[in-house]
Amino acid sequence: MTPFQTILAKELRCFFVSPILYVVGAVFLFISGLIAHLMTVNAGQQAVRFLQVQNTYAQLNLNELVFRSLFYSLDFVLMFLLPILTMRLFAEERKLHTFELLLTSPVGINELISAKYMSVLVIYLGLLSLTSLTPIILSLYASFHWHPILTGYVALAFQGGLFLACGLLASATTENQVVAAFLSFGMILLIWLLGGLGSLLGDTTIGTVLSYLSFTEHYDRLVRGLLEAKDIVYYLSGIVLMLFIAHRVVDSHRWS
Amino acid sequence: MIAVQHVSKHYGHHRALDDVTFHVKKGEILAFLGPNGAGKTTTMRILTCFMPQSEGSATVAGFDCLDQPTDVKRHLGYLPEIPPLYPELTVDEYLTFVGRLKRLTPQRLASRTSHVIDQVGLGHVHHRVIGHLSKGFRQRVGLAQALIHDPPVLILDEPTVGLDPKQIIEIRELIKSLAGSHTIILSTHILPEAMAICDRVVIIHEGRIVAEDAPDRLSSRLRRSEKMSLTVKQPQPDWLERLGTLPGVLNVLPAATPNTCTVDCELGKDLREKLSQFVVSRGYGLLELKPLSLSLEEVFLQLTHQEEDAGPGEFDHHDSSEQPPA
Ligand SMILES: Nc1ncnc2c1ncn2[C@@H]1O[C@H](COP(=O)(O)OP(=O)(O)OP(=O)(O)O)[C@@H](O)[C@H]1O
Ligand SMILES: [Mg+2]
Repeated sequence: MTPFQTILAKELRCFFVSPILYVVGAVFLFISGLIAHLMTVNAGQQAVRFLQVQNTYAQLNLNELVFRSLFYSLDFVLMFLLPILTMRLFAEERKLHTFELLLTSPVGINELISAKYMSVLVIYLGLLSLTSLTPIILSLYASFHWHPILTGYVALAFQGGLFLACGLLASATTENQVVAAFLSFGMILLIWLLGGLGSLLGDTTIGTVLSYLSFTEHYDRLVRGLLEAKDIVYYLSGIVLMLFIAHRVVDSHRWS
Repeated sequence: MIAVQHVSKHYGHHRALDDVTFHVKKGEILAFLGPNGAGKTTTMRILTCFMPQSEGSATVAGFDCLDQPTDVKRHLGYLPEIPPLYPELTVDEYLTFVGRLKRLTPQRLASRTSHVIDQVGLGHVHHRVIGHLSKGFRQRVGLAQALIHDPPVLILDEPTVGLDPKQIIEIRELIKSLAGSHTIILSTHILPEAMAICDRVVIIHEGRIVAEDAPDRLSSRLRRSEKMSLTVKQPQPDWLERLGTLPGVLNVLPAATPNTCTVDCELGKDLREKLSQFVVSRGYGLLELKPLSLSLEEVFLQLTHQEEDAGPGEFDHHDSSEQPPA
């Protein structure tokens, strides 16, 4: 086994024996199920209303009524939940003094960070794939377009990936897990608010730059079914940047 | 095997290590002695590439700690001050994890794991979760972790802390048995431990090396006079004064009981014969006459408390009493 695989396996093992994963997983799946349920019921009520008023079966747009709102709500849920998943990554190693073991083993900081990031990413994507039950079950009873749903999942995957990278960075800066969680939540919130500020400033240069820096417009396009390279580039560079800063942080702690 | 040259380390404005130089030969066991905050852990962290030094150079197994950290780390087993354990893993899982981190092949990993479990006496707890083990057993797991890849250099920060007396003896035996094929640095506060297992002792105080020698030679080096304890049967009121007039006797001090005294003699003159003749001829009744040597504890206290009578010129190098503290 390479050090990357070794650390990845250990991280996954620690996740599966800790309650955090189960709590985060249960809350995430429960909320996503609940939202999907509410949206579907809501769509059904609209269909009934159509029937009463117009006496015809209207072609309801499930993509818009169910999935788009589902994707927007999940985005919000991730903002709160993912920092809890990432908070222990480095903070715990510091607290347990196992950092000393890792950094005095023939393992590069690159491998350490990538393995840790991969472990939370795997867990998050696993949870996300469980939510695909919603479109699969709905597709048995109704028809809708698959394309925006697939890009919506791409959006969720990248969005979560970015949040996880923020969380990893936050965790690398402290040995207190609670501080790490709040810090990553704050970072995500800040990036989000940049978008708000950007749209407030409108079409000015600063406004455009700020909107680009925030994930809102990129997420938006993907959820609406537009799969464009620039949005993927945005997410990938954001993730790489966060992991790079985390690398510097881990390295610099040795110098203090 | 290990060379530390003029190494200093600053934490902000705090100087934790100041121009530390020492060498460890292959197969040697070196003990690092010093009071709390002396800089033992800091030195070890520099040697293990956990943190870089501010000045100077350190090499382990021929590799520089700053320039070739990966090579250094491959040759090292390190037991930090606080054993680096994951409480949610079992002992087996943990040792497997560390072995893989140290790049052991799967076959070797299996044999090494069972070997070190035997070595440090973890036989009946190897399947238990580390978080449920007692402190002494955790310390042993920490030690097993340092040994798992059979590294040529071992750096052990207070390896016997928290162990029971029987286990302390076993672990000391283990460390002793590793000498020769392994080069070992260990830190300790326990002086008999250093005496018992080490070839050489480095005493460090406030970031400076204040003495470095074999344990038994340290105490003799520190003496500026030979001390004798003399016990007689019938002391006379002026016997101490009379003893003091003997040639070669520097000082006579009364000891705990009225018929015992401590005689300070000039260094290098064995006055035992003259003293006994004198005592017998005066009819004091000689009961006991024995030379006193400083215990390592006394040496240690004397060195680290920088008593004014520990004058300069005692040591070949690093005499701290001449320089004002940094
Ligand atoms: N991370 C740090 N930041 C600032 N100062 C530190 C740090 N680590 C150690 N020090 C300081 O450096 C000095 C040496 O500490 P070190 O841990 O090396 O002592 P030690 O000899 O191992 O002591 P002990 O016997 O208590 O383990 C101490 O004064 C300590 O306060
Ligand atoms: Mg220490």
